[in-house]
Amino acid sequence: MPDAFILRAALAGIGLTLATGPLGSFVVWRRMAYFGDATAHAAILGVALAFATGLPLYAGTLVVALAMAASVAALAGRGHATDTAIGVLAHSALAAGLFAASFLPGVRVDLSAFLFGDILAVTRADLAVVWAGSAAVLGLLAWRWPGLLTATVNEELAQAAGYDPRRERLVLTLALALTVAVSIRIVGALLIAALLVIPAAAARGPSRTPEAMAVTATLIGMLAVIAGLVLSLRLDTPAGPSIVLAAAAIFALQLPFRRAMR
Amino acid sequence: MDLALRAGEIVTVVGPNGSGKTTLVRALLGLERLSGGTVTRAAGLRIGYVPQRLHIDATLPMTVRRFLSLPLRISDELAESSLKRAGVAGLSGQQMTSLSGGQFQRVLLARALLSGPGLLILDEPTQGLDQPGVAAFYRLIAAVRQETGAAVLLVSHDLHVVMSASDRVICLNGHVCCEGTPAHVSAAPEYRALFGLGTGGTMALYRHHHDHDHDHDSGHGHDHAHPHHPHPQPRPQVEDAGA
Repeated sequence: MPDAFILRAALAGIGLTLATGPLGSFVVWRRMAYFGDATAHAAILGVALAFATGLPLYAGTLVVALAMAASVAALAGRGHATDTAIGVLAHSALAAGLFAASFLPGVRVDLSAFLFGDILAVTRADLAVVWAGSAAVLGLLAWRWPGLLTATVNEELAQAAGYDPRRERLVLTLALALTVAVSIRIVGALLIAALLVIPAAAARGPSRTPEAMAVTATLIGMLAVIAGLVLSLRLDTPAGPSIVLAAAAIFALQLPFRRAMR
Repeated sequence: MDLALRAGEIVTVVGPNGSGKTTLVRALLGLERLSGGTVTRAAGLRIGYVPQRLHIDATLPMTVRRFLSLPLRISDELAESSLKRAGVAGLSGQQMTSLSGGQFQRVLLARALLSGPGLLILDEPTQGLDQPGVAAFYRLIAAVRQETGAAVLLVSHDLHVVMSASDRVICLNGHVCCEGTPAHVSAAPEYRALFGLGTGGTMALYRHHHDHDHDHDSGHGHDHAHPHHPHPQPRPQVEDAGA
């Protein structure tokens, strides 16, 4: 029987992949990888603000992540040079978060725990937040699935079928902010984008339909969480990066089979 | 502008870029808020729509069958019969990204036919197809019209081939600048002012490819021997225009 903290870590990671599998698929399909990065970087500012104001950690992170995701979506919608705008916003938010944290009174806040996550320190309360957040994201995506998917294929097709592509974008923005907020304790701000993109990218090869890809991405994410935790315990390496490396290894391993599976 | 579409009619809207073709389509589909005027649809009219420039990202796995069920699930029988009508039966299991340009457009047409539409709206449906592919696609449209009795509204800036496949042509440039049979419009001074001369030559080009393609299809040179490709009625007039 593994120790309780290992079990909590595994459960938290697996819970998170329920959201990152399908959401990561949309991130890949819609080429939003940088968008995910920006939202996650902004979350660090959210952490600093939460400590400064005494707000609950998850609430602060969610609010700032949401604000960042919404401004990036608005900029993208207006046709600005999106990657530049996102770059400016994301890194400014990250720097502002680290900057602001140094002014915090009392105990020095160790922000690196939020940059890289600390899945082995997950508490029961964290576990509840992760599962509730992931369930909410999964429920949101499942509810909006036909519209989201149609708008991803073609916005006019979606409009002609009675869906508003702007509303579908908003759904994804909200899902992304929520996922970042609940994952910040687990894999941290710098690696959550990796957990969105890498399992979904690895799932592309063997999948024939969007639904199959979303499920496969979730399963690959779960496998990466377990393999990463085992790796981390055996080699005494940090858990978050170990999980991401395990996902990257799965991605690399499936590459030679890609053509054969088509 | 004033425009009426009658059942079973193939109408082509031509016009230069920025002439309002796509705005017109969006207004007809109810996607664009009208700044003035009205759009009246027959009671219970269902519209099948083939959008312009549909591109499916290589990262998105999508079989033809799954694509037909976007946004809502449809039965296998309906999917298969619609693919058959569009001339791409048996493609269900293929990935959308592996289709040729002509197959892709036919799958889009199959999707537009699912609801049993009374009106088909196709926005630049033959962009990126080669000449024989374009001619074959318009023969298919004519056959679908004959089978289903649906009205067809085509939007194009690829003039000659489209025009000769239609009953009526509307030339748009912010307003209706001329309208009528293909022969009438291609002879109209307004049209010639917009698109230049030389339509006679392009009509001839069309006929050449058309006949050429038939040779391939039926294995002998007789144009009218193939029962699946009935010619639209105005074709004789088109030939007159080209001669």
